[in-house]
Amino acid sequence: MGMSMPMPKGSSELEQAAEQEAAGECSWRRDFPIFNQPYRDGIPLTYLDSAATTQKPQVVIDALSDFYSHTYATVHRGAYELSSQVTDRFDQVRAKLAQFLGAPDERAIVFTRNATEAINLVAYAWGLDNLSPGDNVVLTIMEHHSNIIPWQLMAHYRGIELRYVEIDQQGELKLDQLAELIDEHTRLVGVTHVSNVLGTVNPLPEIGRLVRECSDALILFDGAQAAPHLPVNLTELEFDFYVLSAHKMLGPTGIGALISRSELLEKMQPFNGGGSMIERVELDTATWAELPYKFEAGTPHIAGVIGWGAALDYLTQVGMERVLDHELALTDYALARLSQVPGIRIFGQGQKMRLGVISFELAGIHPHDIATILDHHGVCIRAGHHCAQLLMKFLGVPATSRASFYLYNGRDDVDRLVNALMEAVEIFR
Amino acid sequence: MSLRSLYGNIILDHYKNPRNMGELPEADVVVEARNPLCGDELTLYLKLDDNQRLAEVKFTGVGCAISQASASMMTVAVQGLPKEEAEELIQLFKQMVMGEAELDAEAEARLGDLVSLEGVSQLHNRVKCATLAWNALQEGLEEFARGGSRAELVEKAD
Repeated sequence: MGMSMPMPKGSSELEQAAEQEAAGECSWRRDFPIFNQPYRDGIPLTYLDSAATTQKPQVVIDALSDFYSHTYATVHRGAYELSSQVTDRFDQVRAKLAQFLGAPDERAIVFTRNATEAINLVAYAWGLDNLSPGDNVVLTIMEHHSNIIPWQLMAHYRGIELRYVEIDQQGELKLDQLAELIDEHTRLVGVTHVSNVLGTVNPLPEIGRLVRECSDALILFDGAQAAPHLPVNLTELEFDFYVLSAHKMLGPTGIGALISRSELLEKMQPFNGGGSMIERVELDTATWAELPYKFEAGTPHIAGVIGWGAALDYLTQVGMERVLDHELALTDYALARLSQVPGIRIFGQGQKMRLGVISFELAGIHPHDIATILDHHGVCIRAGHHCAQLLMKFLGVPATSRASFYLYNGRDDVDRLVNALMEAVEIFR
Repeated sequence: MSLRSLYGNIILDHYKNPRNMGELPEADVVVEARNPLCGDELTLYLKLDDNQRLAEVKFTGVGCAISQASASMMTVAVQGLPKEEAEELIQLFKQMVMGEAELDAEAEARLGDLVSLEGVSQLHNRVKCATLAWNALQEGLEEFARGGSRAELVEKAD
């Protein structure tokens, strides 16, 4: 083959990008192979369920495939070169995560299955030893079940009381009520960073200061719905535990993390017992491995960690400020367009800051019928209680419909959502 | 299957104007049924006469158009039927919405308006909505046969 022709490709690519931009499509969408194919009957996939789980960019898929194809071995058994290399890569992701979250203490980053397991780790490894009858744990009405049920289990085992902070008309936590609920028997305050139903971004700096000022209670923040969508800087926060899941931030399922403080984790008993988490084992006793391995029993989800690393690289390359700006702009557009749908009621409007999680109901149409009609148009939303039954009860609805956005969504997705909702209204007229 | 055929006039009519909705204080059996996956809740009231016919069937509850319309149409369809025939209709209906039966003319005649729910068989995640009331009826008839008067039914995930 000789020299290739001068390529007009560059300019046509630019034109194509300009066209897509004009159509409200999002340029990052091209990095996700699932969007590069028709969904069904030739219609595009309008994926609006990122609050449940996110799609994966090619770089994450490739990282998993390359890892299994070329460099797979176990970690922390460095008897051979391959394993040492994997161990290095594995722990580099821990460092990446520290960097991504502004977490100063790498030894206090524990890999878990997901945010849920991280909270269970805290409940069991800290709670069983430190909670007793008469103590209380303060939660909020907007917590995901993952930050409620572990504490209900502690109420069962340790006889503690659970207290709940309510929300106001705008969908914001009542901080004055939080201050009232905390007393000298409060051992932990657990608050979600971002509501998975209302999109509310809770003021963590203020909450952290408030808790520290009036008690010795530990602070747990659930970052599962926040870390994927906005810049997090844990060095600026008063906290003891911060949890998150990889699959909600472009990474694989089955991997998440607990971020804490070394001096706190040192004092806690392990959560799971098994291989990797021990130092020396006798017949009846054992001593624990150093942090964070003390809390990472058994062979970990190595590929999950590697894939998460690729997701963190991707998000870092895009820049979390840009991810947030994109989502805020799209949320504004969606709220404006959705408000034109007859009979719609959107839950949580008027918060100081809210992300792209929009729960709504349509008068006279059940969320499952809405979901079926939307699915017909290739629009994927969540219908149900969103693992937040306390909040559903508080809002006085059995279920809602929920559309949630991420960086691969554009205004065209919102337009298709609104058009499909209009048809639902028409059908049920 | 088009959306308009699933959400057709018969289904929407029963959803918006449910028949036999309300409590039945003199019921022989009351069944509380729910589907935790979607939050649908339904209470079914059965009154049987001395000849083991379904003298009166009523329901209360909340749910989607499919589950509400299915319950409403069911109460109409089984009203006055002998217990055995009601049980046969339950099987026929469930086979239809699970896509397990080719409907012949006789089956279509027996199902009547219920045929409008046939499209559910193509929507795997909506089958349970359509069968909730029917499973409740089955449970109620079994409870009656056991001599009981109250039953509970909780649908399981697939």
